[in-house]
Amino acid sequence: MNGVHDMGGMHGFGPIIPEADEPIWHAPWEARMYALARSAGIPGMRQQIERMPPADYLRSSYYEKWLYALVENAIRLGVVTREEVETGKPDPSSPKGTPTLLADQVEDVMNRGRLSTRAVERQPAFQPDDMVRTRNIHPVTHTRLPRFARDKPGIITLLHGAHVYPDSVAQGQGENPQPLYTVEFRARDLWGEAANPRDTVRIDLWEDYLEPA
Amino acid sequence: MSSHDHDHEHEHSVLPGDAALRVKALESLLVEKGLVDPAALDAIIEYYEHKVGPRNGARVVARAWVDPTYKSRLLTDATAAIAELGFSGAQGEHMVVVENTPETHNVVVCTLCSCYPWPVLGLPPAWYKSAAYRARSVIEPRAVLSEFGLELPDDVAVRVWDSTAEIRYMVLPERPAGTEAMTEELLAELVTRDSMIGVARVAAP
Repeated sequence: MNGVHDMGGMHGFGPIIPEADEPIWHAPWEARMYALARSAGIPGMRQQIERMPPADYLRSSYYEKWLYALVENAIRLGVVTREEVETGKPDPSSPKGTPTLLADQVEDVMNRGRLSTRAVERQPAFQPDDMVRTRNIHPVTHTRLPRFARDKPGIITLLHGAHVYPDSVAQGQGENPQPLYTVEFRARDLWGEAANPRDTVRIDLWEDYLEPA
Repeated sequence: MSSHDHDHEHEHSVLPGDAALRVKALESLLVEKGLVDPAALDAIIEYYEHKVGPRNGARVVARAWVDPTYKSRLLTDATAAIAELGFSGAQGEHMVVVENTPETHNVVVCTLCSCYPWPVLGLPPAWYKSAAYRARSVIEPRAVLSEFGLELPDDVAVRVWDSTAEIRYMVLPERPAGTEAMTEELLAELVTRDSMIGVARVAAP
């Protein structure tokens, strides 16, 4: 979706302000929020964050966005009701659940992560050094093709094998794993003649975003 | 704030109230419903406070500086080379390490989100997740680097990596001159988080 999260190339956000000796969390609730989201096992956090109303997205802190997304997803999936969230009390008639993650599993689960690669029959349509063009598409659903890189010429620089296609997962249409590439764009093709001719932007793009050039 | 009608098409804020209180209420709700083990939350926080962080990435960089065969493995299969030092897991399942040279300077961003290689760098700093960094890094990387104090001459190519997929990128910074006699352990102490994101160089000691 052409959301406010798709920020590449926007103006007006001011300088970057690094914080000296920044702590991992700025308040204890941020740590609890992070851990809640990691342990609750509720998918689709990122897509839900992108669906935040734009003004809220821009004025929310990072973990406020996580809070919003976890609550909305948990309600949508029927894990909790909105009334339970507002009262903080479980509905007495709701069944008792089972935690998806126990304390003694944490280190192993964190160390392992989750692969997004899949074995597929589909052969890659492109190879390194092939010229491609990104498609001029504007899906209203989740996509990883940033607006600034649509309908642009690029060159394949890396092939990463087949990865789960998030655009498809977000629509409940299955993993649709397919070749993932790193595509290099000349900064001048993206931003015009003001860019340094040596500069490039490399973006990871799934095959469905690409056409032969 | 409690009377809103939950229709997100309408105009009022979807973020009522105090986040700290709301997170606390959400945690107790999920615990009472049996969906979350509170000890698991403690363990996750402990893990990200003590097991991961930029010291891990610094060890990878220092090893690559002193061991050319390790560096070669790191640049061809970063996930496996990083796992050799014991680092792996969430948001680092598919690692790529890119090398800075006198000709090419690499810098990493996630314009759509906040993707970052947790096993080697820990959780990202706030500036990495900020709208300013996400918006500007791709369109004016030299101005961004200059705000971090890194002025690059025009003849050094800037290569920006926008991590849109599940590949996570770490920069292998250039080893500073004058460090030939230093041990791997001392070299690791020179390596900063920012140098592995690509917004800084490693300073000579």
